[in-house]
Amino acid sequence: MRLKLFRGCLFVFGIVICLPILAVVLGSLKSGKELSDALSPIIGTTGGLVRWHLLPLYPTGMHFVKLLFYTPEFFTVFWNSIKLVGCILLGQMFVAIPAAFGFSRFSFRGKHALFLSYVILMLMPFSVMMLPSYLVLNGMHLMNTHWSIILPAVFSTFPVFLMYRGFAAIPKELYEAAKIDGAGDWQTFIRIGIPLGSPGILSALVLGFLEYWNMIEQPLAFLEDLSLWPLSLYLPEIDLRRAGMALAASVITLIPAVFVFFMGQDYLESGITASGMKE
Amino acid sequence: MKLYKKWSFIWQSKWLFLLPSMAGVFLFALLPFGNMLIQSFSGGLMNYKTVLTNEAFHLAVKNTCRFVGVGIPLLLLLSFAAALGIYKSKWMRFLKSVYLLPMAVPTAVVVLIWKVFFHKAGIANQLLAVFQIEGTDWMSTNAAFAVLVISYIWKNLGYTIILWIAGMAAIPESITEAAKVDGATQWQSVRYMILPQLKPVFYTITMLSFLNSFKVFREAYLVAGAYPQKSIYLLQHLFNNWFTNLEIEKMSSAAVLLAVFFALCSLSLRNLWEKEEVS
Repeated sequence: MRLKLFRGCLFVFGIVICLPILAVVLGSLKSGKELSDALSPIIGTTGGLVRWHLLPLYPTGMHFVKLLFYTPEFFTVFWNSIKLVGCILLGQMFVAIPAAFGFSRFSFRGKHALFLSYVILMLMPFSVMMLPSYLVLNGMHLMNTHWSIILPAVFSTFPVFLMYRGFAAIPKELYEAAKIDGAGDWQTFIRIGIPLGSPGILSALVLGFLEYWNMIEQPLAFLEDLSLWPLSLYLPEIDLRRAGMALAASVITLIPAVFVFFMGQDYLESGITASGMKE
Repeated sequence: MKLYKKWSFIWQSKWLFLLPSMAGVFLFALLPFGNMLIQSFSGGLMNYKTVLTNEAFHLAVKNTCRFVGVGIPLLLLLSFAAALGIYKSKWMRFLKSVYLLPMAVPTAVVVLIWKVFFHKAGIANQLLAVFQIEGTDWMSTNAAFAVLVISYIWKNLGYTIILWIAGMAAIPESITEAAKVDGATQWQSVRYMILPQLKPVFYTITMLSFLNSFKVFREAYLVAGAYPQKSIYLLQHLFNNWFTNLEIEKMSSAAVLLAVFFALCSLSLRNLWEKEEVS
């Protein structure tokens, strides 16, 4: 009985946790007048308190139309985000999948030390790697280009770690069987490794997408031109005086992330678990 | 020809799997990190002395420790309670999604909500007024610290719940069943059966939460900029500001110190994983 009550509380609390997200989505449908009235104490036009109603009085898609058709700079940052995330994830696939397979499949001297250095690197905060990355990017004259974001991220060791866990779960006997049938390392990789290791790969993709779609620190440090910025950094620049636009832009930023979240929730969960413990 | 033979092991396929990743990690992480390490000792131990006696560094370390000291115990406690309720409930999948969803919300969107919610005339103060509690100007008083802790918990609750649930799912069914047969109450079975079993998981989750806590800089920076209210001036702010002002000497030695600390943390995390495997 008490457990039931507790679960009820959890249910309500869960809804409360999601309320801010709902508020943004519904708020983006409010008219400009309603928003500026509601937010006037913050914008500084009048005193009093913020009056925020969850439901819009007169729903309108005006802000989206304005944003999508009359704000070219929004398009630029949106495509910057797509380009950055796309290139990073694609690059990671080419680099990390074979590496993770190599780690799980082969034994060689120094493997444990090498893998340990990968784990340590993946856990380093950006504060530590900011200066080293700058040194190398500056040396290669890549500062203030998209490459300065893409290249270090492509060689991130986190996806290698996550995929390694996926590959390590494949039974050894399968490889043995493939070997007996005369398959080489590359054939084993493509025919057995990738299909059976795909849950790990997808986990890395889902977690990677959410991470890079939300990138703040790297573009802040390495990109000077606003025209190169991703959405995640551009969005807070929109003033609350243009709340309608800010809300609509937020919703458009949310859509891909939430889409990936719901499509890949199982992989997300197994990715979190894999990063936390050995199954 | 001799050289070709000497290095011929590289062309063996097992090295080809690892080579791209290793080369990238070496070029973009290890090499520049080594470079920074050498630079940090350019004036003997002088740079380290400067950092360790720097007042801003003291403030940042103190605040970071305080944040970790308050945020992580709260997060662990709340997530554990929630995990107990969610695990094996009818609504498990739904509740997991609800609590995980904030993870998918880009920080830039969160920040917009926070600006309205925690403004002096905002919604948080109005909610407090219902309970006859006087509100504050959240972002420019010490209450900023509370806002940061709330953001951290909001974002990481789902992640940590998933880890706890994974830990609970790994407990053999027979143990809890036996407790039930012996007539243990739900509370007793949690206290004497589940908790002791979760000890290794507890350490792992603590460490992961700590490592993830550094990402809270995103919220802090986007809401309050490079120089926020004093109580939320974190190490990440300090690094960022040193980077902007190109104070390379200070930054390199501070980054080395931080790297050593994080490397020790990751080593202990690895030991935990290994212990888990034994038990």
